Amino acid sequence: MTASTEEKPLTAMLEVRDLEVAYGKIVAVKKISFSVEQGQVVSLIGTNGAGKTTTLRTISGLLRPTNGEIWFQGERIDHVQAHDIVARGLAHSPEGRRIFPKLTVEENLLLGAFARRDPAGVRTDLDSAYDLFPILGERRKQPAGTFSGGEQQMLAMGRAMMSRPKLMMLDEPSMGLSPIMMKRIMSTVTELQKQGTTILLVEQNAQAALKRADYGYVLEVGQIKLSGTGRELLVNDEVRKAYLGED
Amino acid sequence: MTDVQTETPAAEVPAAPKAKPFAWPLGLVGVALVVIGSFLSWSYDGTILNNLSINFYPGGLQILAIVAAVLALVLLLAEQQGPLSNLGNWLDATLGLRVLGTGLTLYMALVLVAISVESDGLINVNPGGYVSFAGAALLAVGAWLLPLRPQLRNLSEARTPAWLDILAIAVLMAALLFVAAYALGLEDAWSFILCLLFVAVVATALFRTGAMSWVAQAGQRHRKVLTLASFAVAFLFPFTQNGSDANMSIATAVLVFGATAMGLNIVVGLAGLLDLGYIAFLGSGAYVAATLSTSAFATIGWKPPFLVVVLVGACVAAVLGLIIGSPTLRVSGDYLAIVTLGFGEIFRFAMFNLDGNNGPNLTNGPNGIPGIPDLEVFGFNFGVAHHPFGIELGRFSNYYFLLLVLIGGVILAFTRLNNSRIGRGWVAIREDEKAAEAMGVNVFGLKLLAFAVGAFLAGLAGTIKAHQDGAVSPDQYIFLESAFLLAAIVLGGMGTIAGVLLGATILKLLPEKLRFFSEYRLLLFGVLLVLMMRFRPEGLVASRRRQLEFHEEDEELAEAVEHKLLVEEAK
Repeated sequence: MTASTEEKPLTAMLEVRDLEVAYGKIVAVKKISFSVEQGQVVSLIGTNGAGKTTTLRTISGLLRPTNGEIWFQGERIDHVQAHDIVARGLAHSPEGRRIFPKLTVEENLLLGAFARRDPAGVRTDLDSAYDLFPILGERRKQPAGTFSGGEQQMLAMGRAMMSRPKLMMLDEPSMGLSPIMMKRIMSTVTELQKQGTTILLVEQNAQAALKRADYGYVLEVGQIKLSGTGRELLVNDEVRKAYLGED
Repeated sequence: MTDVQTETPAAEVPAAPKAKPFAWPLGLVGVALVVIGSFLSWSYDGTILNNLSINFYPGGLQILAIVAAVLALVLLLAEQQGPLSNLGNWLDATLGLRVLGTGLTLYMALVLVAISVESDGLINVNPGGYVSFAGAALLAVGAWLLPLRPQLRNLSEARTPAWLDILAIAVLMAALLFVAAYALGLEDAWSFILCLLFVAVVATALFRTGAMSWVAQAGQRHRKVLTLASFAVAFLFPFTQNGSDANMSIATAVLVFGATAMGLNIVVGLAGLLDLGYIAFLGSGAYVAATLSTSAFATIGWKPPFLVVVLVGACVAAVLGLIIGSPTLRVSGDYLAIVTLGFGEIFRFAMFNLDGNNGPNLTNGPNGIPGIPDLEVFGFNFGVAHHPFGIELGRFSNYYFLLLVLIGGVILAFTRLNNSRIGRGWVAIREDEKAAEAMGVNVFGLKLLAFAVGAFLAGLAGTIKAHQDGAVSPDQYIFLESAFLLAAIVLGGMGTIAGVLLGATILKLLPEKLRFFSEYRLLLFGVLLVLMMRFRPEGLVASRRRQLEFHEEDEELAEAVEHKLLVEEAK
């Protein structure tokens, strides 16, 4: 169960190969490789500063890799513009939610659909977002900044859904949430998977993330330390020790 | 406003606090004294302040005092003691009275100062002036002793019949037209300042009573009526000037400035890009129009019709916007401001140096291109006076109407963009660029678009400005002009239409009317901006979003906004 670096055929939805990202001289991500298969929930866990967020930001085009390749649905995307990547069906719900606090709920959701050009479809998806999160529907005209953390997270997820993504990357959706709200968010992840969305989930909360993951990777100081199915990782001694707080 | 339908009986209103019994009569006496004094002579000297010296024939400033007094009387009657007490359930009469009383006292004091300054001492003040002054002071004292109503109903919730809403809008607009025509007609600075004070006091009083929030609601309910009425007022303004061009030249300058500020409002207010060299785009439009005109000093042989010139000028400006934007829009914030600042100066120096000595002769250098002929479009000559309905409309009125059409177009472009997908993208970029990028917003492309659209509109205005001014020269397009444009936006309210137009009007009108102030103009504007930042950072007219931005800690406001939104939704 060590980091798998051998070549894989290009069947995965998302394929990251030998990715290296640096901020100036500081290398944040060192030659990591992983893949996400269609329909799966894949978790990326690790402590603060392990490079999880950097990895996501690089995949969605907000950062440029210094080395390596990123393939999405058989196309290389590591030098494609961020807005183009969204248009290709890869949505990113960023760390810290990053909703637009002064815009209303509805405006936030519509911004999620910015890359789309089918107003009628956007309308339908708006309704389905309100179905999934009724609280958003009740407060559609309210500025999003007046929401609680959990509600903001729902909004961030709803917003990411609005681009009708094939793959959705969630960066720490449970951050700062109450246990109840966290449960609610995590069950939404399962719900989204059932609807056919592939999900790449980044979490510090390893327990919650691995429980729902089909496959998981453990990131440590910029390198993949372990990988395996969610169940395997949950019972792995090292993981239990380092991330689940058990002796 | 007595037609306000009371929805619930006022039975559960708790007993009002005890008023000082003499406060209300004191106010009435004050009002009476102001009115009586205003019918008497204020000044011994009939040659100053448009003649306030004749008994029982009030001059302009005296009529203003009477108007304020009548307004105070209405508010007094709406107090608990008065017969219109029902109205007082909705209007915060006492707050309004305090503003009116204090403001009127200040007004009268200034009148006395003005009389003594203009004609050698207080000796020239006639008894009428003192009577009115005393009345105003009594009114102020009475107003401050009157108690505030404990329970006030929110006027913005009042359901009023549509005709009343529309009537209110019409009355307000008519008052606006009347006051604007009257104030602009005032020749001497004292009268003008006093008139401004009057407008400020009455406006503040109306805001304090809450009447304005009701009017704002009415405006919201009848948006189209409000827009049409505003344009009707603007359209009618030249007809009040009796063919005189003195004020019309100021009005056209205001419109050029306003149209340009609206263009910059797209760049700064919507997309959040700080552009400190915006005047260069106005300049490039003007220079294109000048060089393509039939002026003897024009340097290009091609003389296309004006409609082509307009398009060429606007497109040249837009291309300049793209050229300057494509390398610089990748930087953000302060860097963009510095680069655009530099660009504005480069434009000016380029126009200064393209004189044949240092390159091709395009602009005649510092001399500029004078003698640009008046426009002639479809046989309509903008240079001569026309007489529709027997009213003379001079040269500037012609340009005024053309600019009115332009500004209408700019406003249309602004609202359409603001409410579109693109406008949403701009706002997202302004709020959080990285998040916007993650949402699939083409950040660079949209910024470039904002820059180009803004430049296009400024270039458009520039082509008209060149013909209206009759000359272009580099020194018209200095940095200070860009700074003023920005100041108009900040003062009025970033990202709003009414606010920016108001800011542009104030910044262009005041220096024209207060010429004796010109040396201290910049100082005055500096003080004004500092005061604005301290007391109303969102600008005179605040957009909903900016209000949230500057008062985030203000929970009451957040609730109020929320409440308002819910009410809107419920409809």
